[in-house]
Amino acid sequence: MVSRPHGGRLVVRVASENRRERVLASAAEYIQLKIGLREAYDVENIGYGVYSPLDGFMVSEDLEHVLLDMRLSSDIPWTIPIIVSVTQEEKTFDVGDEVLLVYDGHPLAVMQVEDIYSYDKKLYVEKVFKTSDPSHPGVYNVLREMGEYLVGGRIELVDTVPNPYSKYYLRPIETRVLFRERGWRTVVGFQTRNAPHMGHEYVQKTALSFVDGIFINPVIGRKKKGDFKDEVILEAYTELMRNYYPRDTAVLSIVRYEMRYAGPREAIHHAIMRKNFGCTHFIVGRDHAGVGGFYGPYEAQEIFKEFPDLGVTPVFFREFFYCRKCGGIVHEKICPHGEEHRIRFSGTYVRNAIKKREDIPPYIIRPEVARVLLSHPDPFV
Amino acid sequence: MTTGKYTTVSIPKSLYNRIKKLVEETGFKSVSDYVTYVLREVVAMHESEKYEEPFGEKDLEEIKKRLKALGYI
Ligand SMILES: [Zn+2]
Repeated sequence: MVSRPHGGRLVVRVASENRRERVLASAAEYIQLKIGLREAYDVENIGYGVYSPLDGFMVSEDLEHVLLDMRLSSDIPWTIPIIVSVTQEEKTFDVGDEVLLVYDGHPLAVMQVEDIYSYDKKLYVEKVFKTSDPSHPGVYNVLREMGEYLVGGRIELVDTVPNPYSKYYLRPIETRVLFRERGWRTVVGFQTRNAPHMGHEYVQKTALSFVDGIFINPVIGRKKKGDFKDEVILEAYTELMRNYYPRDTAVLSIVRYEMRYAGPREAIHHAIMRKNFGCTHFIVGRDHAGVGGFYGPYEAQEIFKEFPDLGVTPVFFREFFYCRKCGGIVHEKICPHGEEHRIRFSGTYVRNAIKKREDIPPYIIRPEVARVLLSHPDPFV
Repeated sequence: MTTGKYTTVSIPKSLYNRIKKLVEETGFKSVSDYVTYVLREVVAMHESEKYEEPFGEKDLEEIKKRLKALGYI
């Protein structure tokens, strides 16, 4: 058996075909609430159970517990607020109303409004991001972009944001069947937003030595300028796995989600999402989900100590590097040589080499992966 | 700062003293912190024993069909 969903039950909040047709046909009669891409992806993740046990956006009691205790009001570990905000002008409905959540003209879900409440933005950012510095993108979003009220309530999914990568998307209920079909009892989750270099491959394969399978789960969402495009990352992973991973030990599938860059708290959230997909283990890297210099390099690993009941085992890695003396890819604990013999994996180096169309040594990037990256005239966002 | 919502549970005084001694040598702030930590660990373990996958035979066939079509199985 793969892992038990977070909170004990896999949530599925998807409208029946009949209900969906009725809602879409009468969309104009609903009170409509426009949401952004982050909330649109959150709606999808709630509907398909990626955020189990959440069945909607958080009410004030849950938000309070999440901010102060890093748990839901049911005591289940939860670190990232899943919320939808409105401005005074958008607050045209009351508790008890049904509103339609609409993204970019697409009606996505019906929400039963259970709570409309104000919140303390300063407390929010200090708890979630451990800073109130608006140069942190998550802090900026809360302080400058979010409305002054939050709306909580259960949702029912009627549609999702168009997905150009739907053939790479599996819902938790599907990954759970897949892992079972493969006979995996232990599965390690790997989160990524990058094209794979050898450092990633070694982390994954080292973890894989101890479990039955690996679930490589790239996050598709808004990217920073200079990041690899989603299709490039997916193509690169497909090539890597085809050439270097036994077919029955690895699964590649995406999740659509907007990063919060909340460092340690977000690492816990990432682990919970993968637990719901069926993972028993989750790889937590250096400065996981961090941004700038806001978090210590291993803070995202240390926070796991506070959750004896998380139900997914974190797997911690230090940095891998290539050592000329060792003649291979190693890490601190197994290589006695000095820094002058070591070549560190650097995303910036890879990006620059690709931009200049330079050859990248095979101990940094597999030639098959390099070929994919070079085959795109403009592989960057 | 926490929500500060607590209740009281009774444990034998002797056990309390025993934990107090242990807590002094660990990173826990208090006996209550230690007890909360241990209880969460044990409760989660017991909860995880009762779980059934959320799909019936019919769903299973549908899901397998999609997984096959996408080349996953
Ligand atoms: Zn060495």
